Order: sequence, then C-alpha cells, then structure tokens
Amino acid sequence: MQQLVSMRQVRKSFAGVPALRDASLEIVPGEVHALIGQNGAGKSTLIKCLTGVHRRDGGQVSLSGREFAADSPRDAQDSGIATIYQELNLVPLRSVTENIVMGAEPKNRLGLIDWPAAHRRAGEMLSRFGIDIDVRQRLGRYPAAIQQLVAIARAVSLDARLVIMDEPTSSLDDREIETLFSVVRNLRAEGISVLYVSHFLDELFQICDRVTVMRDGCTVAVREIARTDKLGLIADMLGRDRNEISASGMTALDGPRGEVGAEILSLGHVATGRSLRDASLTVRQGEIVGLGGLLGSGRTETARAIFGLDSLKHGEITLPGGGGAPRSPADAIAAGIGFVAEDRKAEGIVPDMSVRENLTLALLPRLRHAGGIDTRREREIVDHFIRALGIKLASADQPIRQLSGGNQQKVLLARWLATRPDLLILDEPTRGVDVGAKREIQAIIRDFVADGGAVLLISSEFEEIVEGADRVIVMQEGRSVSELPGEGLTESALIAAIAHVPDEVPA
Amino acid sequence: MANTDMFDLRGMVGRHAQMSGVWVALAAMIIFGLLRYENFGSAYNLGSFLNYNSMFIIISLGMCFVIMTGGIDLSVGYVAAFTSIVAAYLSPWGIVPALIGGVAAGVAFGAVNAILIVPMRLPPFIATLSTMLAAKGGALVISGKQTVAVDWESSFTKLGMEKAFGPIPWTIVLVAIAAVVLWIILERTALGRTVLAIGGSEEASGLMGLKVTRAKVFVYLLSGGCAGLAGVFLASGFGAGQPLEGTGWELTAIASVVVGGTLLTGGLGSIPATVGGALLLGLVFNLLNFENGRGTISLSAYWQMVIRGGVLFAVILLQARMNKSADRAN
Repeated sequence: MQQLVSMRQVRKSFAGVPALRDASLEIVPGEVHALIGQNGAGKSTLIKCLTGVHRRDGGQVSLSGREFAADSPRDAQDSGIATIYQELNLVPLRSVTENIVMGAEPKNRLGLIDWPAAHRRAGEMLSRFGIDIDVRQRLGRYPAAIQQLVAIARAVSLDARLVIMDEPTSSLDDREIETLFSVVRNLRAEGISVLYVSHFLDELFQICDRVTVMRDGCTVAVREIARTDKLGLIADMLGRDRNEISASGMTALDGPRGEVGAEILSLGHVATGRSLRDASLTVRQGEIVGLGGLLGSGRTETARAIFGLDSLKHGEITLPGGGGAPRSPADAIAAGIGFVAEDRKAEGIVPDMSVRENLTLALLPRLRHAGGIDTRREREIVDHFIRALGIKLASADQPIRQLSGGNQQKVLLARWLATRPDLLILDEPTRGVDVGAKREIQAIIRDFVADGGAVLLISSEFEEIVEGADRVIVMQEGRSVSELPGEGLTESALIAAIAHVPDEVPA
Repeated sequence: MANTDMFDLRGMVGRHAQMSGVWVALAAMIIFGLLRYENFGSAYNLGSFLNYNSMFIIISLGMCFVIMTGGIDLSVGYVAAFTSIVAAYLSPWGIVPALIGGVAAGVAFGAVNAILIVPMRLPPFIATLSTMLAAKGGALVISGKQTVAVDWESSFTKLGMEKAFGPIPWTIVLVAIAAVVLWIILERTALGRTVLAIGGSEEASGLMGLKVTRAKVFVYLLSGGCAGLAGVFLASGFGAGQPLEGTGWELTAIASVVVGGTLLTGGLGSIPATVGGALLLGLVFNLLNFENGRGTISLSAYWQMVIRGGVLFAVILLQARMNKSADRAN
C-alpha cells in the first residue's frame, strides 16, 4: 500500500542543539498511528517539521509519494494535513457553524453567505460523528470535548487526509474520550489517517493500529500495536531491554528499609482531578522520597496538592505540624513546606528583580523590622547563601535573568532553604542545568536532609531518583501504585515498577 | 560580597541605571532653558512651575504603583475633578477637613476599583474605565455642572497659593513627602517588593506565598488617594472645585510613568524616575511658553501637544538605547 506520509532521516537543530537527529515516520492511508516518546524526545518537533511550523535541516518528506515541504501551517492544511492542537485554534465566541465553515462558506447567487445551507452542512458534518447539537449556538458554550470534535469536523470538511491530534484526551473526561475514540474510528473507516500523540499508553491499545517510538531525536521503533504491550513500549521509550526490566523488577521490589525519623507529611487517597486520582504516601524527617513515574503519571499534580495549589476532591493530607490540607501556598509555607516548581521561568523567578530580592521573596514576612525590611539581616542571609551554595554572580544586585540556569536554580533553592522548611518539594530540580551545577545542587539537597529536613523529589531522570531517594513512590496514571526502598534500587528495577501493569504480571 | 558598603549604592544604581534617560533629558532641557530664556531660572517661574505640576506628579506616583503590578488606573483624572469639588465644599471648615475629605473621596473611588479588580477579577482597564465615567458623572452631579468656589476666608487656599519657604509652594512640599514615603515603601518594605514581584510574575508571587491580594488592593487605594490629593491641590490652587477638569490627566500620568522607565507590563519601576518623568513633561510646556514669549514663533496649544508627543517619543527612544548598552555591558 502506498504511504500517505513518509518522513525519513529528518534532522533539525535549534541554535546548534539537535532536536531531531534521525527521525522517521511512515503513515499509510486510513490508519491510526501513534507517536510516543518521553519529554524532549522530539515528537512535537517532528510534527512541526511536517506541518510547516519548522523547516527541516535535512531528510526526505513525501506526501502521497510526492516530495513535500510545507512553508506554513496554511500550506500543510491546503495539502490535506490538519492539526488539532491542545489549545484549539477555534473562535469560541462565534457559532459552531461559523467555526466549521469559516473560510469555505457556502454562497448563494448574490455572493452572500447562505446561512441555512451553512447550518445544514455543519449539522451533517457533526452527525457523521454521532453528535447532535445546535450548531447556531456559540462554540464556547459547549464542553471541551465537543469543541475538539468541532475542530476535527472542520479539519475533515477541509478535505483532510491526515488529522494530527496532539494530546487530544488530556482535558477530557472518560465519557468524552469514548466519543472522541468513536470519531477516530469513523475517520479511519472513511480512509482518513490519524496521527495520535499521547502519553496515556492505555489509550493507544484501544484505538491505534501502529506506533512509532522516538527517543533523543531519533525514531527507535515502529510496532504493530497488536504485537506489542505496554512493557514493550516503555522499554522502547526508555531504551532498555524488556527482559532486563522485568527480571530485575522482580528481585528488587522487596529490600531492606532504612532508619527514618518522625512522619511529617502524609497523603491518604488524594485526588484532585483526572490527572491525580488516588495518591497515598508519607514523608519522614531526614529522608528523600522520590516520586517515580512517566510523564502524566500525576507526580507534579501530587506536589501541587501538597502545596495547596489544587483543591482536594477526595482523600486527606496531613502537613508538618499536624495541620490538614492547605488551602493556599501561604498555608503550606506557614506549615513549613517549600516548593521549587518545575517551570523555573513561569513559576519560579521574577526575572527583572535582583538575585537578592528573588532570594528573600518567600522570607519577607520574617524579615520585617520596624515596618520595613531588615536590610542588614537580608544582606547577611543573601551573602550566606551565595557563599554556602556557591552561586556564581557579579553582584547580588544584578537581575536574576542574567544568571545561568544552574545558578538561577540555586537561588530558588536558597529562597526556600532560607525559610527553614521541614519539607522541600523539588520538581525537576536539575532540569536544564549543566552537569557541574547538577552535582552541586544534589549535594545541597543532601546537606539539607542530613540536617533533619525532608525532601519530596520529582525527577524524570531515573538516575537522579535512584541515586538520591531513600524511598520511591511509583505513580501510574494518577495513582500511587507501589513503593520501593531506595537501598539497592537499580534504574531497571525502578523502570520495571513504573512499567509494571497490575493485571498482567511480567513473566 | 567583598564590599558590603557598596552593596546598597550598587543596588540603587543597578535598578535605576535603566531609567537614567529621563535625567539626561531633564538636565539637557533645564540647561537649554537657563541659557536661552532670561527668566527661566527665576523664583517666580520655579514656584509656579512646581505648583502647577504638583498635581501631575502626585497622580503619576499613584499610577506608578498600579503600573508596577501590571495594572492601569484610567480613573485618576475625573476622580481628581470629583475630589476638587468635595474639597471646595469642605473648605469653609479649613484646610485639614478639606484635605482629608478630598483624599478620602479619592480612596473611596480606589476602593471601588480594587473591589472590581481583585475579588471580581475584572480587567483593570475595564474596571477603571467604569469608575472614570462614574467619577465624571458624579462630579457634574454634585457640582450642578458649575465650578464650586472655595471659601476664601478659610485657610484652605494657602495650600495651593502660598509658599512654604523661598519659592517652594506648599503643594510641592506635600508631594515631596509623599514621594519619599512611597520610595521607602517601594524599596524597603515587603509590600513594595510584593508590588514589583506581582508585576514580574504574578504566578511565581502566589507560589511564594506573597500577599498578592493585599498588594493589589493597596495600589488601587493608593492611586485613588493620590488622585484625591491632586483634586485638593486643584481646588486650592484655582480657588474652585472644577467638574470639567481632569480630561487626559490619566494619559499624562501614564506618560510620566513610562518616561520614568517603568515597564507597562509591570515588574520594574522607580519613584524618583517617575517624578523626573512628570517634571520632564511639564517642562516641555514651560519651555514652549517661554519660546512663545520671545515672540519669534507662536505655537498654539495644539502644536504644543504635538511637540510634547515628539519629546515623549524621543526620550523613550533614548531610554531604549541606554538599556541596550547597559545590558551589553553586563
């Protein structure tokens, strides 16, 4: 059968850093094709090279057997490639009909838009997917799932041959996902191909025919979904041997347990939404507890719940000092919790403020002196942490945006260490910092724990979890599923636990 | 940090280096004025210049805090018109009740803004546009569409018409005190730092447990209070509450703040540079008046506005250049 899309040996670098090194992707007409990989594997770069957002540096791309290079997303759309982004490119304030027919409105003899025909066509479009809604209503009045389906309807009405869906289910509930899946099956029945990007592996087994696995900018495997399983896909994504994973996983699951202090944090069956359904864990003084899991397993959501950012739908949290679930970050901070967030740029630093000001922001309530800020103590604290953490800078008064990533991260760590917390939550503390700074940051964390602090560590780098954590809570699809002792834990044992599917015990 | 004595000095220079464009421009214009016009440096000109511009400086200071949080306050001009009438009505009881009453009326408008923006989450532009219209209407209602004469017998007009010492009017003394207090709040208190942090990244500020709500409420109350004080100056200096004044004051204040190097997106700003910005904009008019007085050219008020727009543009351009070279030096 002729390929609809064929991408081979695609290369793409950004400012000299390769994002794609040897990526390929082949899609045949009428198949649902999954594209998976860890964060940074190059999935979205590859898609953007296809849809004309990026221009590839090298490699061949063909569409229906002919050489293809889209100059713009519009160009790709005209060639029959429609992309449904997570943030939908629709107009919520206009009617469903307008959103579907926009740019291709039916005209009457006078050259004016024939609205009755437009509504009829929009209604027909949607009924093909089994959706019956009032197409005259504003799009924004309908739930996210319907909006997504309208986006798909629009794509199909523009004669798309390939529909790309980027994490289409991340904002949908279970019933809405079923509707989406039936639409995807309808598309397949009509001979339209779907490229499906998702980190929910279970979904792939429900609707996909084949899957392309990417790692570090390369395509590492293409599999028939019927001939593989979750463990196999995870092994591909992580670049491990599946036998190694399942074998070592069996032995290391029960090991000796280390000495620990008093319990300072406990979560019992905490749920905040679809991404965090049931998490239970405890953290004790003087230990680092790792949260292991794949992207989307609920690690960050667990941290957000503990820090009072998401309200609980179920379950309970006991904070240091015995308090219940915090209602705001201020509550959590008052209870002795610090949170170094994952997205340093958006949630951590205040870019135009000086290093000194950034470092003491969380400490301000305690620096108050005669109505003002006790600048002498502030300087002492800032000097102390700059020295103690080896923060490299020209002056404590230079804007923090001028510092390197590693030094920015140290300032953020210092910000929380200065509040003398009982518990520090670290979400990807060493992402985007160089190797030297990484070691230093890990040493800082170790020192903090040796002084009686406790750490909840979230990291996508299994090595960091294995080396750092005294215990690891394994999370899958919003649930904490098992607990591993840190001592004697190996990377492959951790990966096995992450990949372990409760109802199909690895052989 | 080898030299802790240098710490603060470098801190000040560090934050204000990017705003020095306004000082360069101000110095250039003053030197130009002194060399070209005989009476430019006279005590009379200095006194009347400062007295007239005290209104714009004070609303610019309030505006500066609002803009540093990433917000905007469009209501200041008509709030000042409203409070000038309140002060005029209260003037028979003397200066203190009129002053307090005028400022309190301004704070009340600020409170409405704060309620609309913080708990009700309206965009600041829309919220303050509504209070702007309400203040304008309110000013016409309570004044009966007439200017409201102040009581000339009471002490009230001393504020706007007499000098504190030398050529320095009382209004500018109050403005100077307010500027120093606000400068200290901005640079030396948790509240000031929270204001800057919110403008820099409201999300990060919330995650750090900063009192975001309190700081946002504060800036709108402050801006309302400053507008209230400007209204008191207006009534006192012109001898009447003026329901039709205040048009375009918000834009003058925003321009002063921007010329002072404060980012409209928030997160960066300076009190001295805002004062400098307001002085700069006032000085353009002052110089043009002198130029007209020489008789060589005659510019209408409309042309003066065009020229002021040009100067504003030139200063901002100058600042962008200085910022770029400062960033390169780092």
